[in-house]
Amino acid sequence: MIGLEHYLTVAATLFVIGIFGLFLNRKNVIILLMSVELMLLAVNINLVAFSSFLGDLVGQVFTLFVLTVAAAEAAIGLAILVVFFRNRGTIDVEDVNVMKG
Amino acid sequence: MIQADLTVILPEIILSLFAMLALIGAVYSSKDKAAKTLVWATSILMLALAAWIGTKGDAAYVAFNGMFIDDGFARFAKVMILVSAAIVLLMGQDYMARRGMLRFEYPVLVALSVVGMMMMVSAGDLMSLYMGLELQSLALYVVASLRRDSVKSTEAGLKYFVLGALSSGLLLYGASLVYGYSGTTLFSGIITTTIHGEVSLGLLFGLIFLISGLAFKVSAVPFHMWTPDVYEGAPTPITAFFATAPKVAAMGLFARVMFDAFGGAVADWQQVVALLSVASMFLGAVAAIGQTDIKRLMAYSSIAHMGFALMGLAAGTVFGVQAMLIYLAIYVTMNIGTFAFILMMERDGQPVTDIKSLNLYSKREPGKALAMLVLLFSLAGVPPMLGFFGKFYVLRAAYDGGLIWLAVAGVVASVIGAFYYLRIVYYMYFGEEGEELDSNATPLLWGCLMVSAAVMLLGIVNMFGVEGAAAAAAATLVQ
Repeated sequence: MIGLEHYLTVAATLFVIGIFGLFLNRKNVIILLMSVELMLLAVNINLVAFSSFLGDLVGQVFTLFVLTVAAAEAAIGLAILVVFFRNRGTIDVEDVNVMKG
Repeated sequence: MIQADLTVILPEIILSLFAMLALIGAVYSSKDKAAKTLVWATSILMLALAAWIGTKGDAAYVAFNGMFIDDGFARFAKVMILVSAAIVLLMGQDYMARRGMLRFEYPVLVALSVVGMMMMVSAGDLMSLYMGLELQSLALYVVASLRRDSVKSTEAGLKYFVLGALSSGLLLYGASLVYGYSGTTLFSGIITTTIHGEVSLGLLFGLIFLISGLAFKVSAVPFHMWTPDVYEGAPTPITAFFATAPKVAAMGLFARVMFDAFGGAVADWQQVVALLSVASMFLGAVAAIGQTDIKRLMAYSSIAHMGFALMGLAAGTVFGVQAMLIYLAIYVTMNIGTFAFILMMERDGQPVTDIKSLNLYSKREPGKALAMLVLLFSLAGVPPMLGFFGKFYVLRAAYDGGLIWLAVAGVVASVIGAFYYLRIVYYMYFGEEGEELDSNATPLLWGCLMVSAAVMLLGIVNMFGVEGAAAAAAATLVQ
């Protein structure tokens, strides 16, 4: 029998993988975007699991909002990445270093 | 029913409709030639909305079954947000036009982010909180990288985006846990579960994640790393915008979540907020000492100031919220004046941000130098400038709230922080002879600088009534 705690564990694992992807990745900014997306999807699993457990639809409505915003966020992130690439000619995380301090 | 709901959010509807119509209108007509008109139209509309919201009276309205709250606290914050955004828009216009950066998207994006900020301070539900926050953040990511051909500006946008998205993720994870363990997303529902009995472990985890996400938005230590880079990289008018309205909105949202949703569990979040506050004050004070770029310095200054504002929140009392609101009002006024000065720092038409370029500025421009001196003293919190009273209020709130160690730490941090403000004064009055800055000043920038400096001196009489308004606003938030 798969219960609430199993879903929460999967969501927490995905969330932590997402955070580690942000901090340990030194290669490519696209991977950062993927990590962010993974975090948001982990939250969605959480919300849907809670919604089903509580018998309350609000959680699923919240999920729809999160999905929409995640799409908008990805679009804006890629757009900023494109202008950055035009100026710098690279999207390596190590090269995002004109300003330091 | 829906009619009554729509009346409550009418200001937000008007501003978002205006933004969308302006976008379509500009795309299908004269494009960037319309930018100047749009800047003026947006500012005037924002000021009109501020006047309307400010004269709405004391009644509290709730719309959409509690998802949107329009009370005295929200209105106080909204007036600050609208007025500061309008002034900053006008201040930066000339600077941007001369560098070919004044695109028509700029006022539209600012208007949309202001709608997001108004949603944030009025949020009564985790969903409206999230939507408001994202509307504000997404517009700000784009605005930060508005200068498409500059490496610095796009890098600032990229950094802001990645860290902002991370913070949204943290906040959202916290929101999902809070929803799961309290069974509702409404603040009024969450508070009933926290007010009776113990706060469950899951709810506590949710609260901590929520606080981390919000701390990112107010740039409190240890979630501040984006601030200096974004302030330095973004064009100066946009930095001025970042330093004013979004800070008010984020602090307003922070206070709203803490009191409306977790007002029954003050002891659970008080220590966390106090820790954020003391870390921000000290890092802001110490890290700014080595800075030579005035925009970077203002970033650390804003981190320190947010630390002081959080001190008022950490007190967890009505007086604490009042102190926070007064502090924010004074902070925004000071920053408008300071950024008006920074916008005027030019050599041969090129913007200069090095502090050393201010050498002996007082000999050439005694009036402007004196106004900047007043503002810097006020930022440092030297009596009798208004900045001192802002600090005095939050320190008293912390002391009354039983956080004596926090108040003592605040005094120490403000003494350390005074050093780097006074260093700018030193360069202006006793520095070495060097290349001069241009002596250009548009009447608007000059006016903003002088009025802001005058407010710092004249405000000590009665604070222009802000004290009473903030007290009334705080009383509607804390029950």
